[in-house]
Amino acid sequence: MAYALQQLINGLTLGAMYGLIAIGYTMVYGIIGMINFAHGDIFMVSAFIAVTAFTILAAADVTSIPLALTFVLIVSIFFTSAYGWAVERTAYRPLRGSTRLAPLISAIGMSIFLQNSVQLTQGARVKPIPPVLEGGVVLWDAPGFTVQIGWTQMLIIVTTVVLMIAFTWMITQTPFGRQQRACEQDRTMASLLGVNVDRTISLTFMLGAALAAVAGVMVTVYYGVVDFFIGFLAGIKAFTAAVLGGIGSLPGAMLGGLLIGLIESFWAAYLWAEYKDVATFSILCLVLMLRPSGLLGRPEVEKV
Amino acid sequence: MSAIVFARHAMTPTERLRDAGWVAFVGLILGVPLIGLTTVDVGGRLGVETRFGLLLAAVAAVFAGRLLLRWSIDNMRNRKLARDRVSTATAADRAHGAQRVVNVLGWIALGASIALPIVYSDNRYVVDIATTVLIYVMLGWGLNVVVGLAGLLDLGYVAFYAVGAYSYALLSTQYGWGFWEALPVSGALAASFGILLGYPILRLRGDYLAIVTLGFGEIIRVILVNWTEFSGGPNGISSIPRPSFFGLEFTRSAPEGGHSFASFFGLEFSAMHRLIFLYYLILVLALLTHAFVSRLRKLPVGRAWEALREDEIACKAMGMNTTNIKLSAFAIGAMLGGFAGVFFAARQGFISPESFTFTESAIILAIVVLGGMGSQMGVVLAATLLVLIPEFGRNFAEYRMLLFGAAMVLIMVWKPGGLLSHREPTVRLKPLQRSKPAAAGTEVAQ
Repeated sequence: MAYALQQLINGLTLGAMYGLIAIGYTMVYGIIGMINFAHGDIFMVSAFIAVTAFTILAAADVTSIPLALTFVLIVSIFFTSAYGWAVERTAYRPLRGSTRLAPLISAIGMSIFLQNSVQLTQGARVKPIPPVLEGGVVLWDAPGFTVQIGWTQMLIIVTTVVLMIAFTWMITQTPFGRQQRACEQDRTMASLLGVNVDRTISLTFMLGAALAAVAGVMVTVYYGVVDFFIGFLAGIKAFTAAVLGGIGSLPGAMLGGLLIGLIESFWAAYLWAEYKDVATFSILCLVLMLRPSGLLGRPEVEKV
Repeated sequence: MSAIVFARHAMTPTERLRDAGWVAFVGLILGVPLIGLTTVDVGGRLGVETRFGLLLAAVAAVFAGRLLLRWSIDNMRNRKLARDRVSTATAADRAHGAQRVVNVLGWIALGASIALPIVYSDNRYVVDIATTVLIYVMLGWGLNVVVGLAGLLDLGYVAFYAVGAYSYALLSTQYGWGFWEALPVSGALAASFGILLGYPILRLRGDYLAIVTLGFGEIIRVILVNWTEFSGGPNGISSIPRPSFFGLEFTRSAPEGGHSFASFFGLEFSAMHRLIFLYYLILVLALLTHAFVSRLRKLPVGRAWEALREDEIACKAMGMNTTNIKLSAFAIGAMLGGFAGVFFAARQGFISPESFTFTESAIILAIVVLGGMGSQMGVVLAATLLVLIPEFGRNFAEYRMLLFGAAMVLIMVWKPGGLLSHREPTVRLKPLQRSKPAAAGTEVAQ
C-alpha cells in the first residue's frame, strides 16, 4: 500500500512533465494539423539551457533557491521560445498549404538537426548538475517503507497545476485565446475577420516551446542529468499522451500526460521495468482502436 | 539558421541588408545558449566556458548567407519571369518533357548500376556504398507502396525490415536454413506481421496511424533489446551465413569434394567476388521489386490503392472494401521490407537492434517523400542523395547527421512535392483521331 502510494506520487510527477510537453503538441496539432516532431528536441534544448544557467549561477555563488529557479526558468523560457519561433518560421511556415507529409518530413529533419547541433556544440556526454532541491516531506512512515514526497516533486506538481489554470484562463478568456481558437476552427475565415493568422501560429509555437521549457527545467532539477537524446523518448511519450487525451484538447493533453506517467511508473514498479515503453505504446494502440478520438477529444467527422 | 521566406516582390539592396541584419539578430539570440556558452567538466563539476568568437563568426556567416540567399532568390525569380514571357510551352507539355527526361535518366541509371562493379571491380568502398544505396532503394520502393500509393503514413517501417533480418538470422543460425530458402519464408513472416499489425489499426485516420506504427516499430526494437534468449539482446546475432552462388561458397579454399566460387570458375580467390555478387543480388532484388510494384499498379488492386489515397470516402461509396485494400498494401510493403531485411542480414553477417531505430524509419520515409511520393525514379534519386550526403560528410564526420537533417528541411522547403513530383499517369488514354473535335485533355493525369 505504502509502495503503491509512492508510485502514485512518482507517476503524478512524471505525468505532469509529460503533460506540459503534450500541450505543445496538442496546440500545434489543433491549429495547423501537423505533428511537430521537433517539439521533443525543443524540450531537450531547454534542458541544456537550464543546465548552462544553473552552472552560471553556481559559478556566481547564488545560494537562494527560489531566486535561482526563477532566473533559470525565465532564461530558459526566453531562449526556448525563440527556438520554437525559429523552427516554425524556417521549417514549417514555407510549407503551409502544401501536402500533409511535407511539413512532417521537414519536422523530422529539424529534429535530427537540433539533436545533432546540440551534440556538436554542447558535447555528447551526459551533463550532471549538483542537486538543487534536496529532501522532502514524509507523508506516511509505514512499517518497512516510507512514503515521501520530495520538494522537487511538489514543485513540479504545483507549477504544473498553476500553469494549467493560467493556460486555461488564457485560452478561454483573453483576446489571444479567442484568436487561437478561431484559427483552430477555420484559418481562412479567421484571417478574413482580421485575425493575424501568422502571428497567432507563431505565438502558439512560442507558447508550446515555453511550456516545454518549464518541463525542461523541471526534468533538469528532478533527474539532475541531461543528454542530447532525451528529447526523442520524451517527445514520443508526450505525443502519445496528447493522442490518448484527445488531440487538440488542452485538458485532454494534461489528463493523457498524467495517465501515461502513472501507467509507466506502476508498470515499472510491478511488472517489467524494461518493457515500460512497450506498455505505453500498447495502451495507446488499445485506446485508439476502441476510442479513436481519445478520451476527451471530439469525434471528428470527415467531410468530402 | 536563416529563415527562408519568399517575399512576394524583389527587394531593394537596403531592404536586403535590413532583412539580413534581422536574421543575424535572431541567429545571435539562438546562438547564445548553444554556441556562445557551453558547459565543460572541470574537476568533476561543470563549469561554463564562453565561445563568443565562434558565436560572432556564426552570426557573420548567417548574415552573409542570408544576403546571398535573398540575392539569388530575387535573381532566380527575375530570370524565371523572363523565361515564362518567352516560352509558350504549356505546363502539360513541360511535364511530359520532364517525364521523358526522367525515363531516359532511368535507363542511364540502370546501365550505370550494371556497369558499376565492372568499372570499380577493385574498389571495395564504392561497391559497398552502391550496395547500401540499393538497399535503401529497395526499402524506399517497398514503403512507396504503403505511403506513396496507398497514402498510409507508416513511421515504423523499420519494424518489418527488422522482422525480415531477424527471421533470416535465426533460421540460418539456429536451423541451418540457406539464404534462398529463408528469403520467401522471412518475407511471408514480415507480411503476416504487417497484416497482424494492420488489421486493428488501419481504420485509424492518417496521423494516428503514423503514431501507432511508430509505436509498433519501437515495441519491436525494445523486445529485440530485452528478450535476450530469443534475439541475443543488445549484442545481436553474429556469424550469419552469407548467401552462396547456386551452392558455390565464396571461400578461399574449396570444401571437401566440391568447389568454391573461385575454384569452379578457375578464378583466383578475391574477397571482392562476394561483394560484387552481393551487389548484383540486391540489384536483381530491387529490379524485381520495381517490376512487381509497376505491375501491381496496373492491376485492380493498385488502382484501388491510388483511388484510396485520393479519396477514401468516394471509395467507400463505390462499394470498395477499404480495409482489405489497405491491408494488402500494408502486407506487400511489409513483405518487400522483409526481403530487404533478409538481404541486409546476409550482407552484414551481423545484426543488432542498433540497426533498426526510429532514425532508420525516418530515413526511409524521407527517401519516399523527398523523391516525390509515388515516384519510382524519385526514390532512386533520393536514396542516392541521402546515402551520399553523409558519405561526403565523412571528412568532417561529426557534421554528417547535422547535414542530413538540414538537407531534409531544405529540400522540403525548396520542393515540397519532392524532387521528382511529376508521376507517370496511371491511365493514359490513346490520342483520339484528328477528325474528332474533342481531342483536348486526352491525358488523364493523376
